[in-house]
Amino acid sequence: MSVEELLERYTRRDKLPHIWCPGCGNGIIMGAVIRALDQAGVDQKKTVIVSGIGCSSRAPGYMKFDTLHTTHGRALAYATGVKLARPELKVVVLTGDGDCAAIGGNHLIHAARRNIDLTVVVFNNDIYGMTGGQYSPLTPQGSYATTAPYGTVDRNFDLCELVKAAGGTYVARGTTYHTRMLIDLISAGLGHKGFSFIEVVSQCPMYYGRKNKLTSAVAMLEWQKEHAVPVKAAAKLTPEQLKGKFVIGELHRQEAPEYTEVYANLVARARGEEK
Amino acid sequence: MANDRRAQLLSGNEACVRGALAAGVRFFAGYPITPSTEIAEGLAAALPKVGGTFIQMEDEIASMGAVIGASVAGAKAMTATSGPGFSLKQENIGFAAMAEVPCVIVDVQRYGPSTGLPTSPAQGDIMQARWGTHGDHPVIALMPSSVRETFDLTVEAFNLAEELRTPVILLLDEIVGHMRERVELPPDEEVHVVNRTKPVEGPETFQPYKPGPNLVPPMPAFGDGYHFHVTGLAHDESGFPTGRGQDADRLVRRLHAKIENRQPELARAEEWQLEDAQIVVVAAGSVARSARAAVREARERGIKAGLLRPITAWPFPEKAVREAARRAAPMIVAELNLGQIVREVERVSCGETKIVPLNRLDAELITPAEILERIQEVAAHVG
Repeated sequence: MSVEELLERYTRRDKLPHIWCPGCGNGIIMGAVIRALDQAGVDQKKTVIVSGIGCSSRAPGYMKFDTLHTTHGRALAYATGVKLARPELKVVVLTGDGDCAAIGGNHLIHAARRNIDLTVVVFNNDIYGMTGGQYSPLTPQGSYATTAPYGTVDRNFDLCELVKAAGGTYVARGTTYHTRMLIDLISAGLGHKGFSFIEVVSQCPMYYGRKNKLTSAVAMLEWQKEHAVPVKAAAKLTPEQLKGKFVIGELHRQEAPEYTEVYANLVARARGEEK
Repeated sequence: MANDRRAQLLSGNEACVRGALAAGVRFFAGYPITPSTEIAEGLAAALPKVGGTFIQMEDEIASMGAVIGASVAGAKAMTATSGPGFSLKQENIGFAAMAEVPCVIVDVQRYGPSTGLPTSPAQGDIMQARWGTHGDHPVIALMPSSVRETFDLTVEAFNLAEELRTPVILLLDEIVGHMRERVELPPDEEVHVVNRTKPVEGPETFQPYKPGPNLVPPMPAFGDGYHFHVTGLAHDESGFPTGRGQDADRLVRRLHAKIENRQPELARAEEWQLEDAQIVVVAAGSVARSARAAVREARERGIKAGLLRPITAWPFPEKAVREAARRAAPMIVAELNLGQIVREVERVSCGETKIVPLNRLDAELITPAEILERIQEVAAHVG
């Protein structure tokens, strides 16, 4: 499908252009999500996109689906309600590193634990962009932010490891540089039955970049290219060799009972007992 | 679940469960907290049997979020909590008000602030029910004082939420939630049930926040093919965010008007022995039970007392209180807090009569004897 056809079919064109800054990675991620939805062949009428608060969470407003722009950090909680009320719907959550890992961290681990059939795409730009450049739980330790004028003291999360440990059954990491891989990773997540999670390493030249001497989007994308190591290559490297790098690709996949299916069995059992 | 006419012994919380089922609840998300937990337990057992869904979420905030998500997907949805949990839910209650998502929140009030005296009775959340979430928002809060009324007002809470597309709060207190009474519940077919209005228009021209009759926009469900946007941002009739102050002004005023226009029928109070009353006791929820006994006792002693019992905490029954105040009978406002209902009584009565607060804060209920004593004190002055 051409870009024009994709835009016509999947976006609310009257809502464009978007509000994101020049050089922001969010448009690339939204484009990848749209291409992945198309590639996975989801039923547009039966797909719901849920977001929280922040730059990332404005994406659903541009997308021609049923869209729910919720409160800060709570996208997964709302999405859980949508999915449970109508399990036949495909529910996608678009969120950011602050939204999902800080204020929404509890919902993330519990949604993963339940293995409920949601596909979560995290726009990880290492910073709170909407509020003007404060550090998030994913800001690399020692980086600068408006609230870390001397560098961050906090250690940063590996969100993929967290979700894997919490019980997520599809975990992947992509970047805004490796866009074809990103589309495939999201598409595979959409096709996976259970809690699927894709972290997207993205760039915020406006706030993270300016504070950390990465002055252009191109420089930040080049940083991604130089520091990302595909899963297969990473398997051959020692922890020492991987220091300072990050692994991209499908990191974890596991088959496990999906929450709404298990609940449907419970309903059948409860109704059977009634007879 | 079919109700039969035989008398049953039920608690307020159990009656709430029965009322929710009669009203057609299909989704409950909650988090354990005394003294509301029996509502979650009851629905955990009952909902699967009617094909509904129960989930115990990771916290109170998530419960409220899940309820809103389920409602947007078309389910009649509710949660139940108590003081501290009610505080945690407030942000998302504001979302439901702003995005006009029907839902019912039960708050079984307990002693606060903070963890307080778990889980002794109080009526300390009356103002939280009104002003708990930030910004100007309308609210409906119902305050039953018996087990049967808890059933009826739970049904009504769902009906109002669905009809007006708004969160509705059912404000129990620990005494009403936990006390048991003999009740006869109506069979399901005799329960009046309201469902939200779905759009008649097709998706092409549909404006999700274009008000219909009564200023309430029709509401499709996610998955119906309308591709609509729901946000807590100020939005115009298309449902999309607007940066324009005039649009926000129009929206927030409409949100208020859709409920305020209904004030005459919505705002309700029970008036008992008020016609010739020289002293009026104002009391709601469990306190109204003691107040009724005190009024009866006072009358037996020749004091013309009466009871004015707010059934809706919000909208506050202004007309009934104002009329009582105009008769210039002193008003004793009895409540299990340091004075919340009394502020509304003072505001509405505009200094037309003497107002005597009666408050208790030692985690015990207000007894009929205490209210009677206060009636006698006031009567001595009146006489």
